[in-house]
Amino acid sequence: MRYLPHTQTDRKAMLDTIGVASIDELFTDVPEAARLDGLIDLPTKQSELQVERSLSALAAQNISAGQAPFFVGAGAYKHHVPATVDHLIQRSEFLTAYTPYQPEISQGTLQTLFEFQTQVALLTGMDVANASMYDGSTACAEAVMMAARVTRRNKAIMAGGVHPHYVEASKTLAKYSDVEIAVTDPGKADLSELIAAIDDETACVVVQTPDVFGRLHDLREISKVAHEKGALVIAAFTECVSLGLVESPGAMGADIAVGEGQSIGVGLNFGGPYVGLFACKDDRRFIRQMPGRLAGETVDADGRRGYVLTLSTREQHIRRDKATSNICTNSGLCSLAWTIHMTLLGETGIKTLARLNHETACDLADLLETVPGVRLVNSSFFNEFTIELPKNADEVVNDLARHGVLGGVPASRLFPGQFENYLIVAATETNTPEDLAVFAKALAGVL
Amino acid sequence: MGMNTQGRPTRMAENIATGGYADTVSGSRGLEQAEPLIFERGNLEHCGVDLPEPKNSQTRLGGLDRQGQIGLPGLAEPETMRHYVRLSRKNYAIDLGLYPLGSCTMKHNPRLNEKIARLPGFADIHPMQPASTVQGAYALMGELAHWLMTLTNMPAVALSPKAGAHGEFCGMMAIRAKLDADGQTNRRRVLVPESAHGTNPATAVQCGFTVDEIPADATGRVDMEAFKAKLGDDVAGIMLTNPNTCGLFERDIREIADLIHEAGGYFYCDGANFNAIVGRVRPGDLGVDAMHINLHKTFSTPHGGGGPGSGPTVLSDALAPFAPVPYVAQTEKGSWHLVEHESEAEGEPFGRMAAFHGQMGMFTRALTYMMSHGSDGLKQVADDAVLNANYIQARLKHVMTQAFDGYCMHEALFDDRFLKDTGVSTLDFAKAMIDEGYHPMTMYFPLVVHGAMLIEPTETESKGGLDRFTEVLEALALAAKSGEKDRFLAAPVHAPTKRLDETRAARQPVLRWTPSSDDLEAAE
Amino acid sequence: MTTRYTEDHEWITVEGDIATVGITAYAAGQLGDVVFVELPEVGKTLAKGDEFAVVESVKAASEVYAPVDGEITAINDSLEGEPATVNEDPSGAGWFVKIKLSDASQLDGLMDEAAYNAHTA
Repeated sequence: MRYLPHTQTDRKAMLDTIGVASIDELFTDVPEAARLDGLIDLPTKQSELQVERSLSALAAQNISAGQAPFFVGAGAYKHHVPATVDHLIQRSEFLTAYTPYQPEISQGTLQTLFEFQTQVALLTGMDVANASMYDGSTACAEAVMMAARVTRRNKAIMAGGVHPHYVEASKTLAKYSDVEIAVTDPGKADLSELIAAIDDETACVVVQTPDVFGRLHDLREISKVAHEKGALVIAAFTECVSLGLVESPGAMGADIAVGEGQSIGVGLNFGGPYVGLFACKDDRRFIRQMPGRLAGETVDADGRRGYVLTLSTREQHIRRDKATSNICTNSGLCSLAWTIHMTLLGETGIKTLARLNHETACDLADLLETVPGVRLVNSSFFNEFTIELPKNADEVVNDLARHGVLGGVPASRLFPGQFENYLIVAATETNTPEDLAVFAKALAGVL
Repeated sequence: MGMNTQGRPTRMAENIATGGYADTVSGSRGLEQAEPLIFERGNLEHCGVDLPEPKNSQTRLGGLDRQGQIGLPGLAEPETMRHYVRLSRKNYAIDLGLYPLGSCTMKHNPRLNEKIARLPGFADIHPMQPASTVQGAYALMGELAHWLMTLTNMPAVALSPKAGAHGEFCGMMAIRAKLDADGQTNRRRVLVPESAHGTNPATAVQCGFTVDEIPADATGRVDMEAFKAKLGDDVAGIMLTNPNTCGLFERDIREIADLIHEAGGYFYCDGANFNAIVGRVRPGDLGVDAMHINLHKTFSTPHGGGGPGSGPTVLSDALAPFAPVPYVAQTEKGSWHLVEHESEAEGEPFGRMAAFHGQMGMFTRALTYMMSHGSDGLKQVADDAVLNANYIQARLKHVMTQAFDGYCMHEALFDDRFLKDTGVSTLDFAKAMIDEGYHPMTMYFPLVVHGAMLIEPTETESKGGLDRFTEVLEALALAAKSGEKDRFLAAPVHAPTKRLDETRAARQPVLRWTPSSDDLEAAE
Repeated sequence: MTTRYTEDHEWITVEGDIATVGITAYAAGQLGDVVFVELPEVGKTLAKGDEFAVVESVKAASEVYAPVDGEITAINDSLEGEPATVNEDPSGAGWFVKIKLSDASQLDGLMDEAAYNAHTA
């Protein structure tokens, strides 16, 4: 087996050193009833060529985003990732390192995490950020729990426009805690219902912007009301590129900003791995309640600047049953991809990229509105919007796929039994004018 | 650049402040190149990507256009490349040498796995595409599930958990849901050995349970008398790592399973150490009700400096109906689809764990790894992992102190008795290993052993490599015993940095770069 | 004014019906460099044995338990900015809280200095 260096001679010599005659003698603690006589009933070893052949055949059964005019979003977005990013994350020293528990030989990982934290804080307009969560949905769930700890209250209210997967992940994490989660009507375009629901027992409100239908929300009024009542505002996002063009959560008064970083550096990956961004205000009460790892700056014995994982007493390996979260492994390599891509973009790049996304979406919205029977639902959007069709959107999406167009996500796939004629459509810098035209034509054809 | 009276540049203090060396003008030393933060290197105008000029400035953002600058520096591509390549050289990695972190299973990461994961048919597909366009991806998930269920002899697996701790959460939520469904609402106490990973008690509490610790016995295993005394009608279950964190197989595991079941509770097995038994022992044969499998340990998906991981969780018949959504399913005709909502599920799912359906990038790598090894290769993995750990133990037990008698499984545990009266601590010993070119072992864990040193070599280390490693450790142990204390206390001296001041980092946390007042003035 | 000690390494000095509580030099030494102390709110009522504070070093966090019943009348705010005080002067400037005693007789169950020294020896 190509990954196993021992020869039979090596194994024999090692058994001699250990003082046993066979490897089985090292497994005698296994109860007899659980010892297997032979091999488990699975195929035996295969060469690189054989494995590549069979898995490539499976890959070939899928239609990838690059093969078709592609407008699918709703929480994950197709963007161009510079070649430099994938090359750098495959550097052995990044790819095959563990969590930086020994800082003297992990400064590469630690400095990139410190830079990542700073970039996330800047982009979200917040003060500090952690070293990543699994994804946007789990970051959102952790933020709700954190808000409850900070405020010592147990009622959370989520806007109906928050991605249903984020709502469900939050409800799952809160399920057996004393935190209760209420959700407002997803059909309501504004936040008035949410604002009216805030009272003196509210720990937090969660608003996603752009929301799952692509609608943008001004957080300033809800922040004012929430803060008057002692509640926190959690701003969620699924499309982090939007922050290059849309006002930041921090500037609009949010206390915690959480969201999905997948758009920058990571790729679609059929749903994972992604990278959860988690940022908050610089307040000791907040930072001490944050989940996950934090890289911090310090000095070494010679006084030279360096970085370590810090404030670890929040975490499970020290605090055990009193930890702020059970998270251990996070999305390290995806956060590296994110920070490299963000470094390549810089201020001008992220702003231009965001503007191109918005422009493409505007063009697509204009074009689709010319298709008979199609109505644009949104009054505002970034790179994703919802259209109402004269028929079931799920059927339309399947029909479009047969015409070689991946045309968006039917809202009913996220809200079963609701919004059956709503189609959520995303456009990014990867869509050409020809893609838009093909989509509009195909849509007209299947309606 | 400032000048001193001799006219030489005086950059030394600045070098120190940005992490460089004081004895060179540049702050670098040959190939050890100083590298400042991107915020000190780049500026707001630099850009490393070419993008077309936007056509117009009209927006439909509802008046929410971002005001002011963000503050993100950019770098051109060559500068970006150098920044990260220079930083990468300050990292240790499995590709550079033995990485013997106990409980972490730092094995070789085959590059075929990376290649397969990057096939556009897997990497460039969206989780919400119509099912007809991703049949191969669903089939791959189905195939992975088949391998995992067969290797564990368990009837169900939830693929969506995103890491080991997330898998623990999945399994314990299933237990909680099952207890509630059966009206067992008084069962809220979970037994957790003292030697457990911190994620176990943290997870139990996340599921609304309380934690009751079980002590270890003199052999490093669950103290059976203490365990039995803790059983009762308020017990929800036990969370037990097997092989445990002392690197030992829990001999009484079947009795533990039987007793917890008789008491009305469930058996959660922490599968972090599955590498020791994969292909040889099936957890389903041990009475396990739920177990997560760290694809980033046993099945070799790279750790990436802290993630991403993947924690598929196998479930027994009793718990399977409570598995989370979504999951893949196949029709009789053979086509695949995703069951996404609780209302569509056959059982009573406890909920959804995260957006979408799991870590596909880890699934592709892990399945590639499994198919490469096959059932024969995987058994050889366990055999060689256990052989290597015992070889290390055999070669070091005369100079270091083995924590518990007998053979170990995939990791060898030593305590700090051999350092008694040397003035050298486990930490100092570990730091001296860095100077010798090795990543240290896991230190001070498990908590049941004083000054613990937990060494997990994995199966991908050669005999020659293990010989050199054990020679180095032997020499270090002898050096400590012969009074060479200072060398240990100063270590590391050959690493990119000396010991870092963690107290300062925690007392005055600096968690991000902030512009200095000079930078702000310059910006204006 | 007498000082008493608990088995969990808290000290308690009483003046009138107000007790000052901190952790002992022994405990501070075991923890190592203290990096943070989490203190309760003034006005909180404690029962003997309640967890009322957490003291943290880089790698450990320890709960501090109420040695007696009572109400918190003051907390040592200066520890927030200067946690090192706990190491430098544990039995003086490094005090944690002041508690208004509800039952002075509870002090009788605690150790005196000689007994505590024997306990940690």
